[in-house]
Amino acid sequence: MTALRLGQVVKEFRGGVFALRGVDVAVEQGEQVAVVGPSGSGKTTMLTIMGTLERPSQGEVEVAGCSVNQASDRELAGLRAHQVGFVFQTFHLQESISALDNVANGMLYTGAPARERRRLAQAALERVGLAHRTTHRPSQLSGGERQRVAIARAIAKRPLIVLADEPTGNLDSTSGREIVDLLHGLAQDGATLVLITHEQEIADSFPRRITMRDGEVMSDERT
Amino acid sequence: MSTAAVPVGRARLPLTELFGTALQGLRSRRLRAALSALGIAIGIGAMVAVVGVSASAQANLLAEIDALGTNLLTVTPGQNFLGNNEVLPDTSVPSVDHMQDVHSAVAVYQVNTANVYRTPAVPSAQTGGIGVDAAGDNLPQVLGSSMASGHFLDAVSDRFPEVVLGAEAANVLQIEHAHGDLLVFLGNSWFTVIGILKPAVLDSTLDSTVFISLRVAERDFQVQPNPSEIYVRADLSAVNRVANLLPATADPQNSGGVDVSRPSDALEARAAAKGQFTTLLLGLGAVALLVGTIGIANIMVIGVLERRGEIGLRRALGATRRHIASQFLTESALLAAIGGIAGLALGAGATEVYAATRSQPFVVPLYALVAAPAAGFVIGALAGLYPAAKAARLSPTEALRV
Repeated sequence: MTALRLGQVVKEFRGGVFALRGVDVAVEQGEQVAVVGPSGSGKTTMLTIMGTLERPSQGEVEVAGCSVNQASDRELAGLRAHQVGFVFQTFHLQESISALDNVANGMLYTGAPARERRRLAQAALERVGLAHRTTHRPSQLSGGERQRVAIARAIAKRPLIVLADEPTGNLDSTSGREIVDLLHGLAQDGATLVLITHEQEIADSFPRRITMRDGEVMSDERT
Repeated sequence: MSTAAVPVGRARLPLTELFGTALQGLRSRRLRAALSALGIAIGIGAMVAVVGVSASAQANLLAEIDALGTNLLTVTPGQNFLGNNEVLPDTSVPSVDHMQDVHSAVAVYQVNTANVYRTPAVPSAQTGGIGVDAAGDNLPQVLGSSMASGHFLDAVSDRFPEVVLGAEAANVLQIEHAHGDLLVFLGNSWFTVIGILKPAVLDSTLDSTVFISLRVAERDFQVQPNPSEIYVRADLSAVNRVANLLPATADPQNSGGVDVSRPSDALEARAAAKGQFTTLLLGLGAVALLVGTIGIANIMVIGVLERRGEIGLRRALGATRRHIASQFLTESALLAAIGGIAGLALGAGATEVYAATRSQPFVVPLYALVAAPAAGFVIGALAGLYPAAKAARLSPTEALRV
């Protein structure tokens, strides 16, 4: 099954700036893909279109078997709530609540009851190796731990697709390595992973690598 | 494509979660929330205090009226068409007293030829505005007033020079207690002060009057037994009927020259007037409320700008635009509702202090208990409309770039 399909996707921003100039990418279910390329090459734009946070100016987008082009805001929100997990470079954790609540709140819009959300959050934190940190506030955690909380938040609802935008960008190389290993481990759970990075070493650890430049796919290699 | 294109379930946010999320949003910015709620609290507090103080004053007056009864009628001589004063016949008091449904009646007779002074040394022009009346000995009973000191006129007073002072008259004469050997100079001789009345709420003109017996007034001051005023207690269920019959009973030959009134009517009108809120104060409260509303809107707009990251994250987690808008709207409404509750407490406290210092009953109208938080909620929702729309319009990718 194809998890993500971008067909001749063009994204034009106001002022005639083209972030994507006709991108064709298909990602199969369970595949792990690294996206590399210089700043401004369209990596993040492609990721946000894959995550349905933005619509393409032209071209077809299909996420988890759904056509994004004709879907309403509510339908796309539902898709994100259930099938897409995001991991950001700056973590985006809420400072005023505990790690467990941060993860549980990640499922706020799925409609799952609070008790169920907390149960899933606990399991996800155990999955990322933070069972002993559930009551800590983000400020009491190290950078690597914070990113692991964010990963737990992304995977707790068992999404079809996990999208990570430079998840190691704010971390030292040791923590970064751990985070990448953790994300690779998710393959065993069957999730599709698309990860943006500018570190070649991290990209090389992925079975599939897409290189972008000026809004176009330059190369798409598999090992 | 239709909804069927998304087989994975919808994005949902139950109402309880919405409130929980909004509360969490407020809790994470406590000081700011408290300060912006304060504006609403002051506005609503001012309004509750205005309403509460009026209601307390009104309740106080109504309680007084209840204590005195609404079945008191007064009969006074009117004026003829030439503007001259009419005279009530001396038979009017027994006639009125024997009417059906009349419990009791008492007359006072003006003594024009005498004034009262503390001593003969006081210049005769300094009357202190005190009138002298002759009165029947059941005046306090009929009026429902009581003695502050001593006792009222009795059979002894018919034979000896004794006087009872109204509350204000006693004040002017600087007499606090009635005791056997206290004298005032009335007319041309000394009178013993045997009693002081408490203030007569139903007819305050009696307060600045001193009372002597009709017998003494006739003997010493040549007063004619024509009442200047008759006080009548009627059966409560027949007050109107008695009032209609009183003119013809008091003066059958000239019923048009008789005026009848019900003092409690005037007091009830006064009570109703006290129930009306002071428009100016309410206006001030409204201004404070408006400023508070703008303050909340302002804080919420700043909040939206500061929380762009949170908004983007929530969109990424599956929040619809509507979810984002309702979250900010709920936060704003809750904030103002909390302000409304605090305002209710402030206003009730102000009313309590006011009522306690004037020994009035403490009354805050029941509707204020609901109206204050509800008004806050509505105001907050209004103030939150623009910030909520702004938050919902925010592009999630732009928000995540923060």
